[in-house]
Amino acid sequence: MEQAVQAEEVTPPVTQIGVIGWVRHNLFNGVFNSLFTIVTLFFLWKVVPPLFRWAFIDSAWHTSGQACRQAGGACWSVISMNYRFILFGFYPYEQQWRPFLAMIILFGLLFYSRNRNHWKKPLAYAWIIGLFTMGLLMKGGLLGLKPVESTQWGGLPLTLLLAVFGLTAAYPLGVILALGRRSKMPGVKALCILYIELIRGVPLISLLFMSAIIFPLFLPEGVTFNKILRAQVAIILFTAAYVAEVVRGGLQAMSRGQYEAAESIGLNYYLTMRLVILPQALKIVIPPTVSILISAFKDTSLVVIIALFDLLKTTQTALSNPEWMGFSREVYVFVAILYFLGCFSMSNYSRKLERELSTRT
Amino acid sequence: MRGSEDSAGPQKVPFWLNPKIRAILFQFVTFCLVGLLAYYLVSNTLINLKRQNIATGFSFFHKESSFEVGESLIPYSAADTYARALLVGALNTIRVAFIGVVITIILGTFIGVARLSTNWLLSKLAAIYIEVMQDIPILLQLFFWYAIIYETLPSPQDALSPAAGIYMSNRGVAFTIPEAHPAHKYMLLAFVAACMIVYLIRRWARKRQERTGQFFPTFRVGIAIIFGLPFITWLAFGTPMKMDAPKFIGFNFQGGLMVSPEFIALLMGLVLYTAAFVAEVVRAGIQSVSKGQREAAMAIGLRPTLVLNLVILPQALRVIVPPLTSQMLNLTKNSSLAVAIGYPDFVSVANTTINQTGQSIEGVALIMAVYLFFSLSTSAFMNWYNKRVALVER
Repeated sequence: MEQAVQAEEVTPPVTQIGVIGWVRHNLFNGVFNSLFTIVTLFFLWKVVPPLFRWAFIDSAWHTSGQACRQAGGACWSVISMNYRFILFGFYPYEQQWRPFLAMIILFGLLFYSRNRNHWKKPLAYAWIIGLFTMGLLMKGGLLGLKPVESTQWGGLPLTLLLAVFGLTAAYPLGVILALGRRSKMPGVKALCILYIELIRGVPLISLLFMSAIIFPLFLPEGVTFNKILRAQVAIILFTAAYVAEVVRGGLQAMSRGQYEAAESIGLNYYLTMRLVILPQALKIVIPPTVSILISAFKDTSLVVIIALFDLLKTTQTALSNPEWMGFSREVYVFVAILYFLGCFSMSNYSRKLERELSTRT
Repeated sequence: MRGSEDSAGPQKVPFWLNPKIRAILFQFVTFCLVGLLAYYLVSNTLINLKRQNIATGFSFFHKESSFEVGESLIPYSAADTYARALLVGALNTIRVAFIGVVITIILGTFIGVARLSTNWLLSKLAAIYIEVMQDIPILLQLFFWYAIIYETLPSPQDALSPAAGIYMSNRGVAFTIPEAHPAHKYMLLAFVAACMIVYLIRRWARKRQERTGQFFPTFRVGIAIIFGLPFITWLAFGTPMKMDAPKFIGFNFQGGLMVSPEFIALLMGLVLYTAAFVAEVVRAGIQSVSKGQREAAMAIGLRPTLVLNLVILPQALRVIVPPLTSQMLNLTKNSSLAVAIGYPDFVSVANTTINQTGQSIEGVALIMAVYLFFSLSTSAFMNWYNKRVALVER
């Protein structure tokens, strides 16, 4: 009896619990893992301190290009001195509060839409009004706002504009294509399959080339679209094919019973889809749709190749100033951080949604 | 449906409510609309082309291209035709895509396995790599690597030499390679022959094992044949040892194997970006095999390598292959971004052709056709493979 009481008081050996235990279990369990840990630590020790030194200690934050070259570390001044141009491109300097306000509206809407309890009719109207206001702010010409030619649009607002309008317009088109692909009518089905597979088989850049050099040929003489709108059309046509495939996944996941039940209460095709199938199918595919939004956001950077001044192009242009030549690493890291923040928050959100949606069913 | 129509009795269903006729009508209308749109676009295009005096057709193929292409797998000069220039571009695309796919699969598998490692540090590093690389546009990564090579590496005069026979400069990386010798051709033939022999041995060994249960060490024998046969050929030709080392002459290196900075930047960008996606695919595939499978395999006394080969991999591959295919296709399609950093891939050559000849429609159609061909042939091959590894259900 006495021994048993004593045994209860014995704590586990220090090597099995606490920090030491954790380290032993997670870093040094076995010869191989110990070796891995040591090699990795050595590698980190070799890479991280010099990188830290370059980025924070030896770096110049708010100086001229000359002073930067002497500093020896990262030259963040190239960003702090050119940030207005990098963010807004050739948009008239004194009017730049307008794209800024437009971006604030967009971020506000995105932030408000994060919560699924807000997903009701008013939110849809808020989005429509918001998108319209953003367009008005960018373009001007009404309410005493000075009109700004779209050739002067650039920087981050352009990137966001292409991505957000691209997905909003591609979504309905994608849903129609997906429904067409699942249709029982062979002609419609063939057309939709042809479109989807054709677009998914070619790189976006070929569509952008098409928008830049062939679209003008398609239109009658005298009718012209501006370059941004043409690129936007190409992005929409491209994204729609990917949306269609995602939505098709959702449609396929619907059980036959849903269709049969809808038919048995006498709903026609349109009502079946609108009231029964699509609300459920589109809900399933929200997480993959967010990943399409992420790719669309990343893909907008390709408009650099047809010489639109998106975020990536304005940064490159800032580099072409002789004073800042040769600091490409710094600006590319800066742009990469912006893209990373955008994509990371979206993918985090999509994972959160996935968890929420999966626990509910 | 039919029953209700019949019971409606004398009241016949009017033809515009008959679903069959409706379907035909609807399709007819759709085709008319698509046809009208196509007609409108084509007629506009023809009028515009006529107005701008551009002749359509592929006759420019046979004209002299009169532009140089940076690097080429086949002999090419500015005096050659456009058709040959485009072929050079297509081969360059295939080169970077093929090498990229091979390295990506290897790297992606390593990172995916590292992500699942019990080593906390390794697993977290892999997770950070995957997240960061997936969230930065590939084009930005290409620009970044190109800038790193172009701005950080020294000029050829004081090239870095990390290992004997390798020189790194902002004009590219020069490798020392064995000097051309007739033996190499035969060694390649021996290698191909060895691969075929190993394939046949594997088939035979499988059949024998199924029939008699006897085990044949295919893997070890296979390795021995694949390396041994070319080695014997090499010995038979009297062990040609002469090396072709790059030498610094004039402004750049001569001799050896020179790899351009554009190619390196493109390859690095594509591989590092796609490997992050492949790692996720591999991780999902391995996790899809339940723990019980491994335990059951070990319980019946299989060795760890056999557990992996006979139980884990066949099941994991079934999950891995389809998304892996689409990642490989993405890599091929993303290789078209080469045009942004000046690697002469197909898009870049076609773009130059468009600018010189003004044949924009033909040029863009060619780009689309070539990538469609790559995509469709890859997915056809992968579908065939997928059918082979797919679950055979009773």
